[in-house]
Amino acid sequence: MTLLGQPMKWERYFWPLFAAGVLLLLWHFSVRWSHTKIFPSPVDVVRGTAELIRKGVLLHYVVDSLRRVSAGYLGAAVLAIPAGLLLGWYPAAAAVVNPTIQMLRPISPIAWIPVSIIWFGVGDLAAIYLIFLASFFSILVASINGVRNVPSMYRRAGRNFGLSPAKLIARVVFPAALPQVIVGLRIALGIAWLVVVAAEMIAVDSGLGYLVIDSRNSGKRYDLVVAAMILIGLTGLALDTIFRRIEKLRSVRWGFRNES
Amino acid sequence: MEQTMATTSMAKTVMVPAQATKQTLKPKLRAEGIDMAFTRDGTSVPVLENVKLEVHEGEFVCLLGPSGCGKSTLLNVIAGFLSPTHGQVLIDGEAVRGPDPRRIFVFQERGVFPWLTVEGNIGFGLFKLSKKERAERIAHYITLVGLQGFEKAYPQELSGGMKQRLEVARALAVNPDMLFLDEPFGALDSITRLIMRRELLRIWEAERKTIIFVTHDIEEAVQLSDRVVVMSARPAKIQRVVEIDIAHPRDISSSRYLELRDGIFEQIGLAHKV
Repeated sequence: MTLLGQPMKWERYFWPLFAAGVLLLLWHFSVRWSHTKIFPSPVDVVRGTAELIRKGVLLHYVVDSLRRVSAGYLGAAVLAIPAGLLLGWYPAAAAVVNPTIQMLRPISPIAWIPVSIIWFGVGDLAAIYLIFLASFFSILVASINGVRNVPSMYRRAGRNFGLSPAKLIARVVFPAALPQVIVGLRIALGIAWLVVVAAEMIAVDSGLGYLVIDSRNSGKRYDLVVAAMILIGLTGLALDTIFRRIEKLRSVRWGFRNES
Repeated sequence: MEQTMATTSMAKTVMVPAQATKQTLKPKLRAEGIDMAFTRDGTSVPVLENVKLEVHEGEFVCLLGPSGCGKSTLLNVIAGFLSPTHGQVLIDGEAVRGPDPRRIFVFQERGVFPWLTVEGNIGFGLFKLSKKERAERIAHYITLVGLQGFEKAYPQELSGGMKQRLEVARALAVNPDMLFLDEPFGALDSITRLIMRRELLRIWEAERKTIIFVTHDIEEAVQLSDRVVVMSARPAKIQRVVEIDIAHPRDISSSRYLELRDGIFEQIGLAHKV
């Protein structure tokens, strides 16, 4: 790789894969040389993954986890974005609810697990509710701040052209705040993905989080535990990549300075 | 004092003929005894003091003064974004109570909407028109400001001068009677600024809007306007109104141009020497 200028096209893929390969080798030889009987080597994990595919649980569990995340996360976005736009637009209303929001926000969604089981029972709904909570506040706060940071010039220009308040919010305030809303959505999706794994360890009997805890409890299958962990990581990476794509859309790219 | 200047401007017919015919004795805009004070840390800071101004239909007026003198505040009051502490602004005999699509405010080039394309920006204020009329209007103003080929471009892909032309086009597209320009070329480099002045005069001659233009640049004021309203430092008062009785295109090395320009330099208290 040359120090100056753009890396070659093949280099952009080659070097990250190379780094991952080096780590895999390090892992493999660490397991070999330490003669551990419990911790799996990369080869064991590949075999475990193949077993999961054969049994047909792998795709099923990934889909279950994604389904729970989608339900809770989309529910949160549908409620939090309009609420955030309104609270950002009416600072007086925001001042009323802000202390409560700031008090609820630092409570880890994990701490809500007992309460959500009382309300929704042991099952899908409890997990979905946890993901909803985990996503809601990040999206809400990002939307409020997004609206507050809209330059007054844009609002004045919108009013100058005779827009009604509702149209002003739809045609000026929302698009102007959108880059910040997207940042909030991306952070929220990351948190939601963390929380779904925790929720599935307790409240349900499918999904990747369940796979981790079940593989350990039923026969200490650490090859499957690590396989599940890697799947969690790869799925999270895929979700984040989707968001990076969204940030590059031309109508929001202006809001992301470093993307130019 | 500025009223007498205004009347003399009507008596003379030295200005561009098209404009002289548009002028009537009734002013388009009349600002009556505008006072404006902001409250800062509990104390009241006067910004505008007893400002009286008349602007006629089709006229190009520059508000000229040092940075921070309150000329932008005056323009914001005229546009209806701020209400004055005392006094009122009448446009067509009607008191200004808020912003109005008949009078469009043009900010520095940062006022264009970055989430809309060139077409989207120009069409922004045209939501009451049919799709066909809107497309025609957009095409017309893209041509007028010379942005052909950039219809689908986003503002971040345009240069500063192009963004400024885009904002002027967005303002003109709703067919306002008046344009308020707040140091519109302040952020541009000096060559682009000169080109933009010529462009603005060309557009003004084509569209005949009444223009109030805020600037701190004496040359710019003398090159562009029919009358220069010289404002004092804060609290801003109108010091003098200078009529620029030179036809366009103006020869900026003519003796009359230099005489008027140096007169304003002196008025502001600067000898024209560096």
